[in-house]
Amino acid sequence: MSNTGQGAATARRVRKRPADQAFRGITTGAGVLILVVLAGVAAFLLIEAWPSFVAPAEEIPGEGGLVLYIWPLVFGTLLASVLALVIAAPLAVLIALFITHYAPRKLAQFLGYVVDLLAAVPSIIYGLWGFTVLAPATRGPAEWLHEYLGFVPLFAGPPSTTGRTMFTTALVLAVMILPIVTAVIREAFLQTPKLHEEASLALGATRLEMIRMAVLPFGSSSIISGSMLGLGRALGETMAVAIVLSASGGVTFNLISSGNPATIAANIALEFPESSGVAIDTLIASGLVLFAITLVVNMIARAVINRRTDFSGAS
Amino acid sequence: MAKRIDVKDLDIYYGSFRAVRSVSMTIQPRAVTALIGPSGCGKSTYLRALNRMHELIPSARVEGKVVMDDQDLYAPGMDPVDVRKHVGMVFQRPNPFPTMSIYDNVAAGLRLNNKRLRKSETDEVVEESLRGANLWEEVKDRLRKPGSGLSGGQQQRLCIARAIAVRPDVLLMDEPCSALDPISTHAVEDLMAQLKENYTIVIVTHNMQQAARVSNYTGFFNIAGTGQPGELVEIDETPTIFSTPTHTATEEYISGRFG
Repeated sequence: MSNTGQGAATARRVRKRPADQAFRGITTGAGVLILVVLAGVAAFLLIEAWPSFVAPAEEIPGEGGLVLYIWPLVFGTLLASVLALVIAAPLAVLIALFITHYAPRKLAQFLGYVVDLLAAVPSIIYGLWGFTVLAPATRGPAEWLHEYLGFVPLFAGPPSTTGRTMFTTALVLAVMILPIVTAVIREAFLQTPKLHEEASLALGATRLEMIRMAVLPFGSSSIISGSMLGLGRALGETMAVAIVLSASGGVTFNLISSGNPATIAANIALEFPESSGVAIDTLIASGLVLFAITLVVNMIARAVINRRTDFSGAS
Repeated sequence: MAKRIDVKDLDIYYGSFRAVRSVSMTIQPRAVTALIGPSGCGKSTYLRALNRMHELIPSARVEGKVVMDDQDLYAPGMDPVDVRKHVGMVFQRPNPFPTMSIYDNVAAGLRLNNKRLRKSETDEVVEESLRGANLWEEVKDRLRKPGSGLSGGQQQRLCIARAIAVRPDVLLMDEPCSALDPISTHAVEDLMAQLKENYTIVIVTHNMQQAARVSNYTGFFNIAGTGQPGELVEIDETPTIFSTPTHTATEEYISGRFG
């Protein structure tokens, strides 16, 4: 901030250079544009969703009004995304550690490319794979889980015969977000200062202890931000979920049965072509809720990262 | 504590490149041994070979012997992790763990070795180590604050406290004052004079006045030319090296005629 002040002070004395002025204008414009876009999206959602807020409950699709329509979707969205993150985040940390600290250099480079490549695969491909390969393949494990861990509500069953369950959806989402989460975390681990790694090794730390003392603390904020980026993707993922998940509504933690809550994004994609009038406004209202959720997720992530800055080594 | 190290015909290689040739020296206990020489002469590489830190570079290897306490540090079956527990190191730039408090930084090495340490014992060692590093009075009221909030000189003394908390036999210092201002440098030099009562200290320095001030023995490393290995020209008591060195190269370096 003090730099800008100083710059302005000098500008008064120094001749103004047109190219500098113009470029400054362009960058300012670009900065303002992003705020305008964000505000525009929020305004669009609010205005378009408004009729569904004021419409009488019986005009809302389903029964019981707007809140009862959206709540199961919110639940399904959060369940699928959080589950995907719980699966993907630890794996991503392990993969990033292997690439940065264990793999021989050639292999590490190759794996790095593969991870970046996977991040670029369109989500529809993952959807098709989930539908044709993964869903049938989960039937066996789902039955096993139901038989031996059936007392856990998550595996209460009865197992779905198609395998197009919340469990499968979460797995597909986990695979989808794994590359981006890994890429962010790997980048942070690569930048762990050599200084701190050497400090711990010089104390007689093993490699695992060095990773716990130097690498993980240094990368912790990136683990959080990478995870939130992945969570954001999972929350908004549409096509893969629409293809894989056989949704029947309802709120349940039962992951392997055929009765699954839908997700907001997939529900919009599936219902939109058939909808008109207040039904469309209702779908947009659910979109507004999704927008709010991703905003809150990102704000929480920021807060968590900022709380740690004292100890982050950024100074 | 404070052990003697006998180095015999030590060659250090990076891949097929020989970085240091045939160094033999005895490092005396309870004394400061300074290693001086022009940049790129292999003195830092040699220092890092003494606690096997140079092995972090994948292609690095050594030939020869480094014997401490009748044990060859490079004997097959010798674990570098164990070596480093006995031969501690302080680096050029102060490197406290940024995510840890002052207290946790000092306790870090301690906690590696004994997981089940009582809090009172840890408290005791932390205080003792910080006192040993002449830092206790300055930080005793803010032990829970991050170590990165200290000044450069305080951070370096914190790193020394961290190194001595695990009670090593030998302390290696790789240009420990080159990132510090003169007052902090003075504090660290004073500390070295105290520490040598209990430890064997080896210090690499670019500052010849510093070598003259703090060390009991001085070794001069030199390099014949680019691509040639570095070698130990001579090592002797510090006053001798600085007044009547045996080799002309030493005299020329010390009098500032090259390097």
